[in-house]
Amino acid sequence: MLSETVTLDGHIVDSLTLSKVLDLILLHGGAYEIVRVRIGATRADTSSAEIDVKADDAAQLERILHVIGQHGATRPTEAVRSAPAPARGVFPDGFYATTNLDTFVRFGGSWIPVEPIEMDCGILLTGDPADPANLSAAAVPMHRIRKGDRVVVGDAGVRVVPLAPRDPTSLFSFMGSDVSTERPKEIVIAAVARRMREVKAAGQKVLLVGGPAIVHTGAARSLESLIRAGWIDVLFAGNALATHDIERALFGTSLGVEVDTGAPAAHGHEHHLRAINAIRMAGGIRQAVEQALLTTGIMHALIERNVPFVLAGSIRDDGPLPDVITDSVQAQDRMRDHIPGIGIALLVATTLHSVATGNLLPASVTTLCVDSDADTVIKLMDRGSHQAFGLVTDCEFFMKELAARLEEAP
Amino acid sequence: MMSAGDSHRTSESGDMPARHRLLMCAPDAYDLAYEINDWMSLQNRPDLKLAARQWRSLYETLTGSLGVAVELIPQMPGAPDMVFTANAGLIAGNRVLLANFKHPERQVEVAPFRAWFERNGYACVAPPPEFHFEGEGDALYAGDTLVAGYLKRSDIQSHRWLSEQLGAPVLSVELVSGRWYHLDTAFFALTPELVVYYPGAFDEYARIVLERNFETIRVVEEEALQFACNAVVLGRDVVMPAGCPLIRGDLEARGYKVHPVELSEFLKSGGAAKCLVLFLDRQEAASQPAQSFQHMQAA
Repeated sequence: MLSETVTLDGHIVDSLTLSKVLDLILLHGGAYEIVRVRIGATRADTSSAEIDVKADDAAQLERILHVIGQHGATRPTEAVRSAPAPARGVFPDGFYATTNLDTFVRFGGSWIPVEPIEMDCGILLTGDPADPANLSAAAVPMHRIRKGDRVVVGDAGVRVVPLAPRDPTSLFSFMGSDVSTERPKEIVIAAVARRMREVKAAGQKVLLVGGPAIVHTGAARSLESLIRAGWIDVLFAGNALATHDIERALFGTSLGVEVDTGAPAAHGHEHHLRAINAIRMAGGIRQAVEQALLTTGIMHALIERNVPFVLAGSIRDDGPLPDVITDSVQAQDRMRDHIPGIGIALLVATTLHSVATGNLLPASVTTLCVDSDADTVIKLMDRGSHQAFGLVTDCEFFMKELAARLEEAP
Repeated sequence: MMSAGDSHRTSESGDMPARHRLLMCAPDAYDLAYEINDWMSLQNRPDLKLAARQWRSLYETLTGSLGVAVELIPQMPGAPDMVFTANAGLIAGNRVLLANFKHPERQVEVAPFRAWFERNGYACVAPPPEFHFEGEGDALYAGDTLVAGYLKRSDIQSHRWLSEQLGAPVLSVELVSGRWYHLDTAFFALTPELVVYYPGAFDEYARIVLERNFETIRVVEEEALQFACNAVVLGRDVVMPAGCPLIRGDLEARGYKVHPVELSEFLKSGGAAKCLVLFLDRQEAASQPAQSFQHMQAA
């Protein structure tokens, strides 16, 4: 649902102009909300109204605004304002802080989309301000701003499109925004599989963000088979997922526990360090695969399938693996590079990387957060990823069930 | 030079009829040179000699027994519709709210009208350039209320400007047909309470507005097509195009004296009696009420 606030003033009550405009909005399939109305005290006094006009899509909204415009309902004409960045990595005072919702800025009488959109950024304007057709707007994080860049200030001339209400006929709808364990999980996972098929059919990408519990719980085989079957297009993780996956590949354990039997292995607690060391010796994960040191597992599948991955480091990492990016800002930028074109994001068993990814995703991306702890999903939503659906379950069950659903004929 | 404000004072004694002042433009350069309303057809151009005689007859009706003072503005060549002085603007005391024509063909009239108003002591106020406003053609008083037409020529946004300029309540009414493109083609006020209109020219909201605010006399389509509503009201005298016996009967039954004038050659351009005159004696809204009707009440 799109909306635009218009103002109507004059003798709009006695002339029935207000009634007519409201009727016309409904007649043309729109809806309205009267934001504010002031009625003149005497017949000579004018009245004014601020009306929020809502429509299903941009074309319908445009049609309605055109029709009611003839009856005096005027759209905001205020253009977006900008100021030069005072220094490298510094936004100007009063900068507009973005959300992850579809956003437009008004320039030269038209609304220009902010692309890409990302939360907690500024809006950078590029191109010739005298020529709105060549003006573009993009959400840019603070550290990428250069001195003198034109950055949007204030919220005049900025329009944010609220998240569309969830389709009540969609299987995702009953998952709602609350987090509950009381859900028929298999049905939800079947819906996720369907959505993945839609995303692939639309030529979009599937992003998987995973924590080491995927390996600890024995779900790695399922994820590996999904990667080998071509279902995963990008993977974000930390040092731990890759490390324990490689530990499993080299030693058959995860955190020193035999994955197949559940028994603790002798000196098993050293296995992950020896795994990291072996990869460091090889020069990296790709080199380990090329040297036939690493012959199975999630990371092996990614290399073989040529699926890009970003491993972002954290302060408690052992090693880390040579592929891990330890500069957080640089890691964010690498992740950011992979965001365009993502149609669905599966955030599985990781709080840190789920929140980090949620920060980068536009709200238009289907976002599913799977964790055995409801708190992870709540954290994600509290940080602004309101589009996220939560599924509280063990990641092994989720990955196995998802792999099974995707193996079926569609 | 006498100032506009002085020259407009009318008798307030109540005993003597107010002497109206109108602005007219003799059809020395009149023609049908383009098509900008549903009446105009280059295949049906006016007989210019006949037009001149018809205009003269209207002029003599007004200045003769009706005792109206008529000021004349010379017609500028290349502005064939300048004869329709009603569209030059709207007078408010010693100010004139100038027109901003929708069609480029008529925008050329603004300069000569403005020059005339300035020469005659009026303060000229131009509307915001983004809004069209076609003068008294789309803005007619009924008492202290301004009834204003929009959509075909004037923009509704100009009504807000009018109410700010005049301090008067404005009733905005939508015109829905290319034949009834100005308010004065389909509406006139006899008194602050009584108006004449052709319902087919207006949308249903406008019809409700008119019925709610006034006692109304409805003109039938056949006579509306004869420009029955394009009438000049001068107290109890109404000058209107010939060929409207029904409305004439209605008005005479109410005690009005109707003066029909043959104006066929102007109808071809979509105008008649009212389009050919502009009231110069409109007071500021505060002193406006019913000056045209004072003598009626005394009568």
